[in-house]
Amino acid sequence: MTRWINKQKNIIDFTLSSLLRRKGKNTALFFVYTVIVFLLSSVTFYTHALKKEASIILQSTPDIVVQRTVAGRHDLIPVRYAEEIRKIRGVNDATPRLWGYYYDPQSRANFTLMVSESHPLPSGDIIIGSGISRTLKVFKGDMMTFRTFDGDLLTLEAADILSSESELVSSDLILMSEEDFRYLTGMAKEEATDVVVRVRNPKEFKTVAVKIVSLLPDARPILKDEILRTYDSVFDWRSGMVVLIMFICVLAFIIFSWDKASGLSAEERMEIGILKAIGWETSDVINMKFWEGTAISLTSFLSGVVLAYVHIFSTSAPLFAQVLKGWSILYPSFRLTPFLNPYQIATLFFLTVVPYTVATIVPSWRAATVDPDLVMRS
Amino acid sequence: MRRSVVYLSCLGFLFLLLVSMFFHARYQREHAAPRLNEMARIVKELELTDLCLFTEARYTRHPSQADLQTAFQDHPMAMEHFPSGSFMKIPENIGRNTCYDTLDK
Repeated sequence: MTRWINKQKNIIDFTLSSLLRRKGKNTALFFVYTVIVFLLSSVTFYTHALKKEASIILQSTPDIVVQRTVAGRHDLIPVRYAEEIRKIRGVNDATPRLWGYYYDPQSRANFTLMVSESHPLPSGDIIIGSGISRTLKVFKGDMMTFRTFDGDLLTLEAADILSSESELVSSDLILMSEEDFRYLTGMAKEEATDVVVRVRNPKEFKTVAVKIVSLLPDARPILKDEILRTYDSVFDWRSGMVVLIMFICVLAFIIFSWDKASGLSAEERMEIGILKAIGWETSDVINMKFWEGTAISLTSFLSGVVLAYVHIFSTSAPLFAQVLKGWSILYPSFRLTPFLNPYQIATLFFLTVVPYTVATIVPSWRAATVDPDLVMRS
Repeated sequence: MRRSVVYLSCLGFLFLLLVSMFFHARYQREHAAPRLNEMARIVKELELTDLCLFTEARYTRHPSQADLQTAFQDHPMAMEHFPSGSFMKIPENIGRNTCYDTLDK
């Protein structure tokens, strides 16, 4: 065993010396390899953590949200629809929900306005999300002015600020009284944005939804399952940005592997020929090439994965935040919880290390099986 | 010191960092429970449906509430132009008899 370890150490020593002879090329290769693994790992970690976090947080989302569509577009729903829905067997409760958007031309930010039964507010008071407070420098006791649907000015006082821990779901929220909401938006008393339905038995969500559609043909029910699936779909590996990054990384690996598999340089062939001529076995040459592939790919893989972990979970993923932020003025400040599993690491390993190592060994094996004299002469 | 020893030590150190990532993740998950519970509470109380990730346009703010035609909702030739639109997956049934969901089939 000790003999075998010493032999491997000697081969590693020789391999490292060989790699250091082509320092510039191998350093560049290591750098590019690490960057690709870093990108691929960052996307994997980020999308998985975000999907997992969304699935946990949104578990308590409404069972069914019923919208009304007019001419194929979302429209305001009559409050009486909630009464009709309440009569359906299996429905626990149906409550009209008041919410909408407000574009603030001064800050160029979009707010989500909402009336909440759980946070009853007197007219004139609002509760704002911490993203609004941070971005617009509005604090508890400050006033915010809104332009109503008919051009009037409505000034409301920020009575409270939602906790910064909840920023991922509440960053742009403004909670207000029903009176202020209707005055601001011009929404009539008998109208609401949509209806939230609570169903006793989770197995009956779909049955209830079908009944809602047959009772109110212009209604569009959105089931809890569909809401939960949304973020799986948005951050699915086939979604726009993710597939683009994956495609670039896979393409880079194909180029790497192609470069390696298409053959060795004259210098490398000569090296193998000399080694064979001085008595190295074919297995020793393959062993050396294995360590050469490993030295580059495994080191790059481990460095890339560790750097990606730090990027995603120890900082607020600054590279992706810029992409996600897009043209948004309000963007939540959040740090993702690391949901990591060995399966992710194994997938990344098989995607990045194995193809490169195999592509390094195959041409070397071909060169090592040819007569040394022929290799050196060619 | 031999090069092989230096290299194997570096590899060992990196491997140790990889393993410690799992311990760190577990520790972080345990400590994130109050934050996740707080968010779940807010979602339940306010009956929220979406994460606040894309606030750039009204139809990107709540992807779960938007329908398949949101990108073209303003007028028939209004192509999607907001950066967050690039995240959305193309509907699987596009080009076929497009329907909203299983209820319409």
